[in-house]
Amino acid sequence: MMPRLWLAIAAALLIAASPRPGHAGELRVCADPNNLPFSDAQQSGFENKLAELVAQALGKTVSYTWWAQRRGFVRNTLKAQACDVIMGVPVGYDLVETTRPYYRSTYVFVSRQDRDLDVGSLSDERLRQLSVGVHMIGDDGANTPPADALAHRGITGNVKGYMIYGDYRQSSPPSRLIEAVENGEIDLAAAWGPLAGYAAKSSPVPLRLTPIGDEAKFAPLKFQFAIAMGVRHGDHTLHQQLDDVIARKRAEIRELLVSYGVPLGVDAQHDAAQ
Amino acid sequence: MLRIVADTVLRSRGWLLAFLFSTGFSLAPVAAQDLKQLSADDNQWVMAPKDYTNTRFSGLDQINAGNVAQLKLAWAFSVGADRGQEAAPIIINGTLYIVAPYAGVHPNQVFALDATTGALKWSYAPKPNLAAEGVACCDVVNRGLAYDDGKVFLNTLDGYTVALDANDGRELWVVKVAEVNLGETITMAPLVVKGKVLVGDSGGEMGVRGSLTALDENSGRIAWRAFSTGPDKDVLIGADFKPHYDWMKGQDLGVKSWPADAWKLGGGTVWGWISYDPDQNLIFYGTANPGPWNSNQRPGDNLWTTTIFARNPDDGSAKWGYQVNPHDLFDHDEINENVLVDLNISGQDRKALIHPGRNGLMYVMDRTNGEVLSAEPYDTVNAVNGVDLETGRLQPNELKQPSLNRTVEDICPAAPGAKDWQPTAWSPKTHLLYVPHQHLCMNMKTSEVGYIAGTPYVGATVDMYAGPGGYRGEFMAWDPVARNKVWRIKEELPVWSGALVTAGDVAFYGTMDRLFKAVDAKDGKVLWQFRAGSGFVGQPVTYKGSDGMQYVAIMSGVGGWPGVIANAALDPRLRNGALGFTGAVQDLPAYTVGGSSLLVFSLPKPATPAAEQPKEKQ
Repeated sequence: MMPRLWLAIAAALLIAASPRPGHAGELRVCADPNNLPFSDAQQSGFENKLAELVAQALGKTVSYTWWAQRRGFVRNTLKAQACDVIMGVPVGYDLVETTRPYYRSTYVFVSRQDRDLDVGSLSDERLRQLSVGVHMIGDDGANTPPADALAHRGITGNVKGYMIYGDYRQSSPPSRLIEAVENGEIDLAAAWGPLAGYAAKSSPVPLRLTPIGDEAKFAPLKFQFAIAMGVRHGDHTLHQQLDDVIARKRAEIRELLVSYGVPLGVDAQHDAAQ
Repeated sequence: MLRIVADTVLRSRGWLLAFLFSTGFSLAPVAAQDLKQLSADDNQWVMAPKDYTNTRFSGLDQINAGNVAQLKLAWAFSVGADRGQEAAPIIINGTLYIVAPYAGVHPNQVFALDATTGALKWSYAPKPNLAAEGVACCDVVNRGLAYDDGKVFLNTLDGYTVALDANDGRELWVVKVAEVNLGETITMAPLVVKGKVLVGDSGGEMGVRGSLTALDENSGRIAWRAFSTGPDKDVLIGADFKPHYDWMKGQDLGVKSWPADAWKLGGGTVWGWISYDPDQNLIFYGTANPGPWNSNQRPGDNLWTTTIFARNPDDGSAKWGYQVNPHDLFDHDEINENVLVDLNISGQDRKALIHPGRNGLMYVMDRTNGEVLSAEPYDTVNAVNGVDLETGRLQPNELKQPSLNRTVEDICPAAPGAKDWQPTAWSPKTHLLYVPHQHLCMNMKTSEVGYIAGTPYVGATVDMYAGPGGYRGEFMAWDPVARNKVWRIKEELPVWSGALVTAGDVAFYGTMDRLFKAVDAKDGKVLWQFRAGSGFVGQPVTYKGSDGMQYVAIMSGVGGWPGVIANAALDPRLRNGALGFTGAVQDLPAYTVGGSSLLVFSLPKPATPAAEQPKEKQ
């Protein structure tokens, strides 16, 4: 990461935990300063652009509370009253009250196109031989669903874990998993679609993205998630306003997501290939 | 590799906040003195566990079972950060040193106070890494400072060890031991052995590879580092290594007992207690759980996680190891203290080590070779079926194994174990171990939707609730020879404070519902209690002031992981979500909110100071 960027993050974190009085004219957003394609301190992530879009529709301006989106993120930002909305959370995430979803994406397999791997299911027998990268979460009993599904099949020896947290001095630490595919460190990665789709757009080598199509086979694990915005429990006014904007701006939001390479709904493969 | 390079910071990393007051204390240099000798002086409390054997026993008896009912608050002090106060004060030459959690205006601030009057002598504030609080894995606690040869040693959450001049708080050296941007943090109290400051790391959930590092106390230079996973050369396993049991013998088991490369993100951090036996020249400590892999992703024993190590403090080489929980399923770190006592077991004198396991078993081991002599359940245990004393292997209960497709119900103990970091105390008078612990069971199922760094996932839902009998904590006295509980006090909430026991036959502990208690060490009768401003998760200590009075000190202020567990008390079946997400003390208004007070107690002072000369220890 550039030193300048690091300073910006540090300065932002300095003020993070202190609750600030909200202006009626402000959309106070809680966000990670170093997590593209979602958000960063330069406001170049799609959740930053979405915040602008939403604020504009509500006649407000955006202000940020920056905090690494990890354990304690909701507690130190939204619940600490430092900000009022998290732009992206899965529906059913009960630390917050979720709005109506504004997109649905999927975990995908990522490989180099020149490898010509058409693996599209976690039941594929080739997964026993290939070197497969997954993201590790690390909280008790928690992991990314593809990682758990592979373990459930007894596929562990050829699975390489990449910490979702990574090294926070580098930009967007979760991207290391995709870079490992690009540089041939692993044959295949199983990653959350928005991250993979964005990386594929700027990859030095052409990447192939294939949605993980296993819907119910590994229940209660799932690989598709609907994403909404999150507000504090009980903040029904803002919830309602955001629902309205999501309904009114559906087309613009979709356009924004597609421009970041986010695989959307069942058309994930098609969208990613653009 | 970045993390094993000693990054000695040349510029000052901190501020001296309060300058020396000209009256009330001496600037005379503290004479170099062997720490073992120093710890035998009951007027002082020179290391968090009181002495190298980790007894937390004091020979002082001015306060005793007959008069403890008269105990009064003598003075108090705020460390200025209302988070979990787990630190033990240390007292050397009339000065009390205390460290604040990594929170507030000056995270991990250190204070030196006149131990008799509470007057502030100096204060030091490390320069915090601004990103650390958001990046650190779990908590902001600090378990205490260390002292040797005129220097006070501080571990900061953001990964530094700092040496300060004990007289004036001047910074002597600063060394980076852990990289917080990789999730490595430090919460444990360092221990100084033979001129080396021993420092372990925290952050197993973040993919940290656990290790114990020895720093030269004069320069801060790294003398050795012993990893908890990986090849023998990294674990400092060599020709001297002789585990008692065959299944721990072999080459590079820290690699072979894992799927390929999984040991590299293997956990086994070292955030608990270290004890030392000068006669054998061995240190003893336990490693944490394997992580960040779920159990089904890491078939194998996952050595050397949840392992008790005996090492030579000079070069770190391992003498023996004993893995408490092969292939840990339940987050049962074994970082708990190892109390070194000599016991007569079945007519034989044994150099013993008592390890109250996270898994609910009270291990009594031979500390010369790592043999398990007994492993008796001291709380409700059904997750395992005890230890096979022939093989030394823990016997798992297949019915309680976590599974993807079903809810596993009624697992005891719950993830925090039957006892966590909170240290026990041993009385050589009563031959009993005083054990503060929790009494919790849990249900586990995979279904919770989680979200981290922009990535949704499916996590485990853990419902923790009171164990059989409907209470959540206990303070009890354990006879390690007879292998039974002599008495117990049931507590509504988990007992997350440490214990202290004295020659006055009084045992002390604190509760999360704000009571600091003194009980009769012989029968557990409550003799005195004090209701504080916040709950207790700290460590009681005792010492003698320059006025001849015996003082008992403890930090008040609940927080951190106990917050999660105390949450369960509001509704016994309350779903906690993924562990750690609800850890804020602010979520517990029904019992307590955070605090930051050092409380110091004594008997009422006699009318004339000379009238009552306290008895000296025999």
